[in-house]
Amino acid sequence: MSGHDELKWLATHGRVTRREFMGRAAALGVSTALASTLAGNAAFADDAPKKGGHLVLGLDGSSSTDTLDPMSYCCTAQYTLGYQFANSLVELNEKGELDPELAESWDTDATATKWVFKIRKGVQFHNGKELTAEDVIDSLNYHRKPDSTSAAKAFFEPVTEMKATDTHEVTITLNGPNADMPYILTDYHLLILPAGGDPKAGIGTGGYVIESFDPGVRAITKRNPNYWKENRGFVDSVETVGINDLTSRTSALQSGTVHFINRVDPKTVGLLKNNPDLTILDIPSAGFYTLSMLCDAKPFDNADMRLAMKWALDREEILEKVLGGYGVVGNDQPVSSLDRFYADDLPQHSYDPDKAKFHFEKSGHSGPVTLTIADAAFPGAVDAALLFKESAAKAGIEIAVDKVPEDGYWSDVWMKKPFCGSYWAGRPTADMIMSLMFISSADWNESHWRRDDFDKLVLQARAELDNAKRKQMYRELQLMMSEDSGVMIPAFNNFLFASASNLKGLIPTLVFTGYRIGEQLHFTS
Amino acid sequence: MNGVVRLILHRLALGALTLLAVSLVIFVGTEILPGDVAEAVLGQGATEETVNNLRKLLGLDLPAHIRYLQWLGSLLQGDLGTSLTTGKPVIEMIAPRLENTLFLAGTAALVAVPLAIGLGLVAARFQGSWLDKTISISTLAAISMPEFFVGYILIFVFAVKLRWLPSLAKLSPSMPLGDKLVLIILPCATLTLVVLAHMMRMTRAAVINVMSSPYVEMAELKGATASRIVMWHALPNALAPIITVVVLNLAYLIVGVVVVEVVFVYPGVGQLMVDNVAKRDLPVVQACGLVFAGTYTLLNMIADILSTLANPRLRHPK
Repeated sequence: MSGHDELKWLATHGRVTRREFMGRAAALGVSTALASTLAGNAAFADDAPKKGGHLVLGLDGSSSTDTLDPMSYCCTAQYTLGYQFANSLVELNEKGELDPELAESWDTDATATKWVFKIRKGVQFHNGKELTAEDVIDSLNYHRKPDSTSAAKAFFEPVTEMKATDTHEVTITLNGPNADMPYILTDYHLLILPAGGDPKAGIGTGGYVIESFDPGVRAITKRNPNYWKENRGFVDSVETVGINDLTSRTSALQSGTVHFINRVDPKTVGLLKNNPDLTILDIPSAGFYTLSMLCDAKPFDNADMRLAMKWALDREEILEKVLGGYGVVGNDQPVSSLDRFYADDLPQHSYDPDKAKFHFEKSGHSGPVTLTIADAAFPGAVDAALLFKESAAKAGIEIAVDKVPEDGYWSDVWMKKPFCGSYWAGRPTADMIMSLMFISSADWNESHWRRDDFDKLVLQARAELDNAKRKQMYRELQLMMSEDSGVMIPAFNNFLFASASNLKGLIPTLVFTGYRIGEQLHFTS
Repeated sequence: MNGVVRLILHRLALGALTLLAVSLVIFVGTEILPGDVAEAVLGQGATEETVNNLRKLLGLDLPAHIRYLQWLGSLLQGDLGTSLTTGKPVIEMIAPRLENTLFLAGTAALVAVPLAIGLGLVAARFQGSWLDKTISISTLAAISMPEFFVGYILIFVFAVKLRWLPSLAKLSPSMPLGDKLVLIILPCATLTLVVLAHMMRMTRAAVINVMSSPYVEMAELKGATASRIVMWHALPNALAPIITVVVLNLAYLIVGVVVVEVVFVYPGVGQLMVDNVAKRDLPVVQACGLVFAGTYTLLNMIADILSTLANPRLRHPK
């Protein structure tokens, strides 16, 4: 068997995970791009998907306070249900680019400030109403309006005007250029609902129609016979069950009560792998964990102090022990290696007690440094803090780990204590994550890091339509964050899913993987 | 009987006071918890602007004592209010959940109470024998394990390995009773194992205690069989402590099963309350608290009344 044939065989017979497949591919000297294509076309997405069957998803992040209103979405179970009954304007694909969804095509002027979206014709909502530009405007304005409580509200701050320029055309004008504007519309809150309708009604253009919704327990949807999208929506019905308890979720999959679960525990994934009836899906993501220092608070207002921390952190150890190896080490900047604009030639921060000691002494600080942490920050955050304490001790730096309750962590600790942790789901573009958490005016400027030259360059890069020039600018930006900001990124975490092995079709993307499984998954037997 | 009526009225009045105190404690408790519903709902994604928008929308900008009095005022008119997070009437959210909780608790009680008392009587009848020891050791072993662990073991054996039963008890209102009963076999078994030992040990101890009384010796002398002595002479006089323990366990079956609800994804009131505490949704938390406190008060009252009725000396005070 030649190398490629072996890969194809492995892929089509579905007995390997994506991780193993990529590992095998690397061993055979196949380029990552080709291996991705093979994996994408074979093990992950079958060529001729079979229709039919009742799909049961067991997902965490569900609560009896959930509603169908996209404005209130906070967690996986809700996103996944949202994409069953509704669509967005655009869809992120495997290559990190945009595929048309309810927007058929889009275009911009030379300044990247005016964007025109052509809306797909002949698409019907579940209530029979035909999709027009009005529905799109109404759905986006729902998040944009002044009294909105939507997490997507901030995306619309640069929008100065949004209007229907035809029955099926929407023109969005920005207060400044943004070459990535359509990427904003991949956000899972921005579902298109019928204009003037009740946003809690669960009526959309999606591949599945809401049949019943019992918050925190389960939702049942039936295939929409009029679904406009080709090659999506295979199973007859989808049941989304909220199972927040990890052990219950795992045993529900093992017992065959559900077919697919999210957030598998890296500690027990090895046991599931031994089961021939199950497949583990281990997918790299742009999501990451952080330990952040406030640059306007003592002692972290000193750049050497921040560097001391960065060199005192043993990233490999945290990746191995906290993430179980399911991730990639970080380099204190938020652009993942999967991103179009990732700079692969930056100096990597690694564990170096001598450098840590040098910068610590140079900072002039003496005495312990307090790290406030709870497992709410990210899974295993307390363990990570304790590992950090040990590795820093070897550099002569004393870290006092202050373990606080998970409850209230986001309101009382995060971005308030000088040194604490957090997690980020990642964003589809480098610009979005930088604008969200690194520019001076960002609401979630996690480390209170403010640099005018950085802010200016972000704006410049955002306006640039020439990708080669942009890449150079983003390299510069990544370097600034890595060297100077207060955000430490120990690791990017992988998505870990597990499914019945006769289930195929998950499309991995840089962020949001799994949110659209309702219309992607299909049974092979 | 006059005494009993007076007792009931007295207890009802005290119960109402207890509920009022509980509602105040819950309110103060949720006020002390860090963050409010606006921050909790928006979570990590909160910005100052959206938090303020939501606060205004929900009336959280009013002072705390005014919000409490508003809530109390509408409660006295029979209105439990509206949930802050979902915007639905609280009664709509809590009613189906309460039905589920009572269904599970009721089924578990129907299995556990007769089983526990039966085993207790057998253990008392054959006190010191291998049968007594086996019953005691096995029920004590079951109660010694935390309930989530008992649940996981049952899931592992009956759902994962044998595949006889589903691992999740996801009820829906439209299901026929038979299907519902199949779904709750595992949670019901878990609860039964957890509450069995307490009631069984109390039955055994109370009956054995009575067995040393002179009138039991008299019954033995007149030639009554051991089983007859236990059933006719000992049990009726040991009822009061047994009733107390049984009722205490019934209350536990209703209010203490959050962990079992989480493990089996059972849509009960406990899970509803925990979710809403996390979201600081006060009207729902208050309603759940009142249901739980009301259950305890009511069941304790029933226990006292039944104990009084079971004891002739209390029934006919001199």
